[in-house]
Amino acid sequence: MAEQLDKDYYDTYPDDKGHFGPYGGRFVGETLMEAIYALEEAYNHYKNDPEFQAEMDKDLADFVGRPSPIYLAENWTQKLGGAQIYLKREDLNHTGAHKINNTIGQALLAKRMGKKRIIAETGAGQHGVATATVAARLGMECVIYMGAEDVQRQAQNVYRMKLLGATVVPVESGSRTLKDALNEALRDWVTNVDETFYIIGTVAGPHPYPAMVRDFQTIIGREARSQILKATGRLPDALIACIGGGSNAIGLFHPFIADTEVAMYGVEGAGHGIETGKHSAPLSAGSPGVLHGNRTYLMQDKNGQIIETHSISAGLDYPGVGPEHAWLKDIGRAQYVSVTDDEALQAFHDLTRTEGIIPALESSHALAYATKLAPTMSPDQILMINLSGRGDKDMHTVAEMAGLSF
Amino acid sequence: MSRIKQCFDKLKADGQTALIPYITAGDPEPWVTVPMLHALVSAGANILELGIPFSDPMSDGPVIQKACERALENGVSLHHVLDMVNQFRQKDKDTPIVLMGYANPLEAMGYQAFAERAQQVGVDGILTVDMPPEESDEFLSIMDEHEIDTIFLVAPTTSIERMAKIAKYAKGFIYYVSIKGVTGTANLDVSEVTEKLSMLRSLTDLPLGVGFGIRNGVSAAAVSEVANAVVVGSSLVNCIADHADRPEELPAAVANVLAEMRHAINARDMAK
Repeated sequence: MAEQLDKDYYDTYPDDKGHFGPYGGRFVGETLMEAIYALEEAYNHYKNDPEFQAEMDKDLADFVGRPSPIYLAENWTQKLGGAQIYLKREDLNHTGAHKINNTIGQALLAKRMGKKRIIAETGAGQHGVATATVAARLGMECVIYMGAEDVQRQAQNVYRMKLLGATVVPVESGSRTLKDALNEALRDWVTNVDETFYIIGTVAGPHPYPAMVRDFQTIIGREARSQILKATGRLPDALIACIGGGSNAIGLFHPFIADTEVAMYGVEGAGHGIETGKHSAPLSAGSPGVLHGNRTYLMQDKNGQIIETHSISAGLDYPGVGPEHAWLKDIGRAQYVSVTDDEALQAFHDLTRTEGIIPALESSHALAYATKLAPTMSPDQILMINLSGRGDKDMHTVAEMAGLSF
Repeated sequence: MSRIKQCFDKLKADGQTALIPYITAGDPEPWVTVPMLHALVSAGANILELGIPFSDPMSDGPVIQKACERALENGVSLHHVLDMVNQFRQKDKDTPIVLMGYANPLEAMGYQAFAERAQQVGVDGILTVDMPPEESDEFLSIMDEHEIDTIFLVAPTTSIERMAKIAKYAKGFIYYVSIKGVTGTANLDVSEVTEKLSMLRSLTDLPLGVGFGIRNGVSAAAVSEVANAVVVGSSLVNCIADHADRPEELPAAVANVLAEMRHAINARDMAK
């Protein structure tokens, strides 16, 4: 019965209104409604169009460098003394993270829809860089909204976006982080809706974004599934990925949902600790509500006001989460856990020293949870972690933690 | 019959256009909201639109964003907003009040609890900016049970097919957003508004209100040519921001701003 349910999952979610159970939907102002229907229609058309798929596959291979390898981290496996640890190397993609899988897809869609202008929000700057990159290549105007606080802590990515020809707008309202950048991008879209394509960077926002961004990111899980089968002849016992909005996690998880023997762990940012309230873990410590176009778990007070989040990692510093994760939590198909800033930072250093791979602080959250999970597993078991991005962008933050500056 | 319908019926009989001011509840200080509402009625408001503060007002420009921030700094919640309506109704039993805001504070309170309290204190309508008809089934039936009119927006981007759908769900009046953009950011194009309103008029008998982009007596009067109601928000909220350190002056100050619009609309109504 459970197995049947899981096989049906792919046909069932989201429904035609974009709902994953009670989550998801289309909660936007009337000015954007026709635009999201037009996007849905275009996406439904092109996702089955062989020419569109061929162009995307070619870009993913030749421009992004896919497939990204899986890597058996032998030193780290030995150090943790449990399951064999495989890393899915999204950090090796062009621009340094999984974000480009999605921006390639959406930009090709924007081109076909005749849009001349691209906007995006960004937290850590990875999605902003990935968007500016595809916009440069397609010769489109590009405006990136970024919280003023993130502009400071991710100065290098801001400069990369500018080099690529994008305009970076620091957002001074609210908590000056990712959620405020999203508000401002939505305001821009309302104002310039006719000529503008909004490339949302995660599996959130109004339908069809959560489903569309997921579909573009499932290349991660589809590759990982066939790679691990080829390398070991079996599926992994568990998957781990970090969760901000949740795009790298859903990208890895989704192709494994029907494989009920594969456990899935999404790792949120516990910041200074869940008990301090200074975290960004809506699935672990939030409640359902409506924000940014969808119903999902949110960090909010009892009156429905969104509260400020904290994470060492700008990419996880968001009070919501993709609606499909909310649903996977409720039906129990995935487990959602959290690790603190300190634990993530420790894992960052550990992987760097044992494997010679500098991970992004976002991905370091997934690694930190692996240090807890792997020792509870046996050496014949397999743990796969999505190494969603590389840590070059985080040098400033990490150096600052160590009391250094450039 | 709802207070909103009664109000529009009477204005129609008198050949007048409704004037609907918007202010954010609790901005700049909670105590001054109710006195401002009374002052606005004295200055010629026919219906009052009271904003529920929200931390992430995605459809609003900087003026109303800052108003929300000031109100939230004062700790104003949806419960307080309903208490303000209750207080207003002690002295004014006739002027319809429409609450305007975003879905999440309503979700947090619960639709049922909100509807019961709102009906009890005398709220007449609710406009939820980010809840289109597609997501409104449960909300609509609960509001309907409690005789609260659900007001929907129509935008310049809304197709005629979609207008027809919205017209089926809407109650009280339909609110036409006269610009592509957030509140308070651009000037409206009267000829475009006229064209869209005539499309809408062919689909519904409900009164048609126009808002977003009405800044002064001139634009208010121009819109009154074609609409049944003129909604004025950011120019009042600007006035409130200017007086944030002198809230005691605010009832008179917002009444002045509104009186200019009332005067201009009346002059146009007389000339019709």
